[in-house]
Amino acid sequence: MMQPYDYVEIRVPAKAQYVGVARLTISGLASRLGFTYDDIEDMKIASSEAITNAVQHAYKDDEEGEVVVGCALYEDRMEIMVADHGQSFDFEETKKNVGPYHDHEEGMFLREGGLGLYLIETLMDEIKIHHDEGVTVFMTKYLGGEQVEKDVETVSS
Amino acid sequence: MNLQVDLREENSVQHFKVVGEIDAFTAPVLREKLSELTVQQGVKVEIDLSDVEYMDSTGLGVFVGYFKQVKESGGHVKITGLSPRLKRLFDITGLDEVMDIEGHQEDKGGFNDATV
Repeated sequence: MMQPYDYVEIRVPAKAQYVGVARLTISGLASRLGFTYDDIEDMKIASSEAITNAVQHAYKDDEEGEVVVGCALYEDRMEIMVADHGQSFDFEETKKNVGPYHDHEEGMFLREGGLGLYLIETLMDEIKIHHDEGVTVFMTKYLGGEQVEKDVETVSS
Repeated sequence: MNLQVDLREENSVQHFKVVGEIDAFTAPVLREKLSELTVQQGVKVEIDLSDVEYMDSTGLGVFVGYFKQVKESGGHVKITGLSPRLKRLFDITGLDEVMDIEGHQEDKGGFNDATV
């Protein structure tokens, strides 16, 4: 069963000066959903890391691309997808194709620039990465911390 | 979005005061400002981040690079004024183990002219 959600997508030029703009948008959406201050700060960092990665790839390849940031707002969580290839994605279709992220043994210690993925993994509840015609990072943050079990009754005010 | 970096010397300690947000756009500015100080043998540097509202791995990367550079010259870098948010960033990356950092509350150094 698919839960209803609101979907917001923004596209920014793959340039460093737009990372902060995307970050503010995500912060606003997370605030709308009622996330705590700390959760919002976590999401700001995690999404900035993903967008920074995308911008740096584009820069390396000397492309004038765009970064697409898709946010799905559910009642209990926010899903954020960051893609470094220009075209808009079909949110549901892309979500089906992303796989789990395994590679955490890679030594991030004292190595400049290697911390981004580690931070996303630590600050978000779930992360998946898909390599196809570009890189798509898919991450989820649940309201009220970790995912609650299904049979636990949710209290509504 | 802006980043401001000021340098002053006090009691042979080089004090950098960083104000603003450190991300992919402003990190190169920070790196450049830090490099304006010639790293001399045994230099003592303090970097005050109490007015940094946002930082991610791009900022950590700059500080790690700077830390290594100063250490190679037998100097020392201390990062001060960390908010709980920023402190957490150093903690979860394990950088608190290798770098000399100090949070807001501890306030041991007498250098801050804090206006409360």
